[in-house]
Amino acid sequence: MSLEAFNNRNVNEGDYFLVDIEDYPTDGWGKFKRVVKRTFKGELFVGLWVVLREMIKFDIHTVQYPEEKMPIGPRYRAVHEMKRLWESDAERCIGCGLCEKICISNCIRIDTRIDENSRKEVSEYSINLGRCIYCGYCAEVCPELAITHGGEYENASDQREHFIMYEDMLTPIDKMKAGAQLEFEGFGSITPHEDERVKKTPLAY
Amino acid sequence: MESAYLIETVIKIVVILLVFSALAGIGTYFERKILAFMQRRLGPSIVGPYGLLQVAADGIKLFTKEDIIPAGVVGRIFKIAPVITAATAFMAAAAIPFLPQFTIFGYTVHPIVADINVGILYILGVMAVGLYGPLLGGMASANKYSLISAARAAAVFISYEVVTGLAILAPIMMVGSLSLIDFNEYQAGGIGNWIVWSQPVAFILFWIAAFAETGRTPFHLIANDHEIIDGFGTEYSGMRWGLFFIGEYANMFFISFVIPLLFLGGFGDGSFLGALGLLAKVAFFFFFFLWTRAAWPDVRPDQLMWLCWKVLMPVAVINVVITGLVMMF
Ligand code: SF4
Ligand code: SF4
Repeated sequence: MSLEAFNNRNVNEGDYFLVDIEDYPTDGWGKFKRVVKRTFKGELFVGLWVVLREMIKFDIHTVQYPEEKMPIGPRYRAVHEMKRLWESDAERCIGCGLCEKICISNCIRIDTRIDENSRKEVSEYSINLGRCIYCGYCAEVCPELAITHGGEYENASDQREHFIMYEDMLTPIDKMKAGAQLEFEGFGSITPHEDERVKKTPLAY
Repeated sequence: MESAYLIETVIKIVVILLVFSALAGIGTYFERKILAFMQRRLGPSIVGPYGLLQVAADGIKLFTKEDIIPAGVVGRIFKIAPVITAATAFMAAAAIPFLPQFTIFGYTVHPIVADINVGILYILGVMAVGLYGPLLGGMASANKYSLISAARAAAVFISYEVVTGLAILAPIMMVGSLSLIDFNEYQAGGIGNWIVWSQPVAFILFWIAAFAETGRTPFHLIANDHEIIDGFGTEYSGMRWGLFFIGEYANMFFISFVIPLLFLGGFGDGSFLGALGLLAKVAFFFFFFLWTRAAWPDVRPDQLMWLCWKVLMPVAVINVVITGLVMMF
């Protein structure tokens, strides 16, 4: 089934129709007739048949959770991931600190230093998942598409403070070498055909 | 002779208690499985093959749970109420012939604990006493939902006793006996002799009333989960709650035995096939209890009372009168 049936909210077209509801009887004789009609109409057996049919068809819809999992959408906001650059395998994060600044639950902590090549480098980066509300602001604000949301939602913990460190979020280098890093497709990511839409900066002004 | 009879009776009692306690547990398994399949779910499937050991797991859980007597309840009555439900359910079983008589090691066994000549009256009476379980349990619980449930239990059980009694009055007039064995013999001639053909109205009425007496779904008002939590069982925990449960399921099984015995020929001529036939009928009626639970909505208490006093009872009375007139002429 396509999603159009759900997205179209215009009730004037499509499959909507008014249910034919009879007027309620007001006098005693009318009520009596309704009771008799309902008694002998056999509608109860329709209900019995429907559930029996489903039992015989045995079309089970259970997802046996720990063994099977539902696919989740790319825009789902679960535990964060740190991406690497496709070209050089280097970390995308430039340590700008925007994510720390925008985080409304104040759960990102970032510290930077100048490394031996005189470049800025992330020295500390942690997210307190116990406080994170998975709002997605950090992924949206990140100018480098470095911090993104992943699909890992099984993050139950025995403590309220449950930190995730930079190294845990970063795509492992061997996975990167194998080209297996999944690009984030959620909110704030690059839309498809972005290249064709790029316009030259008007230099006239 | 005397001691042999005693030993036989004790063995029969023990067997019935064990078999039907176990059946009550397995009944919950079937209920969960069948309901699940009808709702396109899987039901219990993790514990044991096909989830069969779920029953054992639940049993262990019930037995080992803390037995909580909440503050504010009337202790003694609170404690005795579940026992009443379970005990009356099993007491009713005493007058039910579960199978035709058979011979084992040259000894003839009658699978009925006591063939008293007022069997039906006894079963109805004892089942009516079962009312005190929900009533006392609900009133002693110091919980408003339990209290509502107790009030409903009193109303529903007493009203539907009337329907049950009047409904089977007509078949009793035809058979001229209150013993279930006599009922069985009356219908032993084959399908053509079944009372359901001569008393279809009584059969339907009794069946409807059976749903009210056991508190099953279209009339599941006494412990209606979505309105009054678990009704009279709300404050109970552990094995006391388990006793209510066993009582309910044992009642379902016994009613499933009584309906075929009264109306559908029972075990027929007493052959092996007849016995199998009775078990098949019992299985169908038990299945129907589960089936309706998946398919039908619950009625409101006022609708239930309306149905009882304005529809079923007049129909039952008319049925009795017509039966009497037909028998007279
Ligand atoms: S998802 Fe929201 S709350 Fe969580 S780290 Fe990002 S900005 Fe903070
Ligand atoms: S993750 Fe993004 S927003 Fe946060 S410091 Fe790194 S580059 Fe800046």
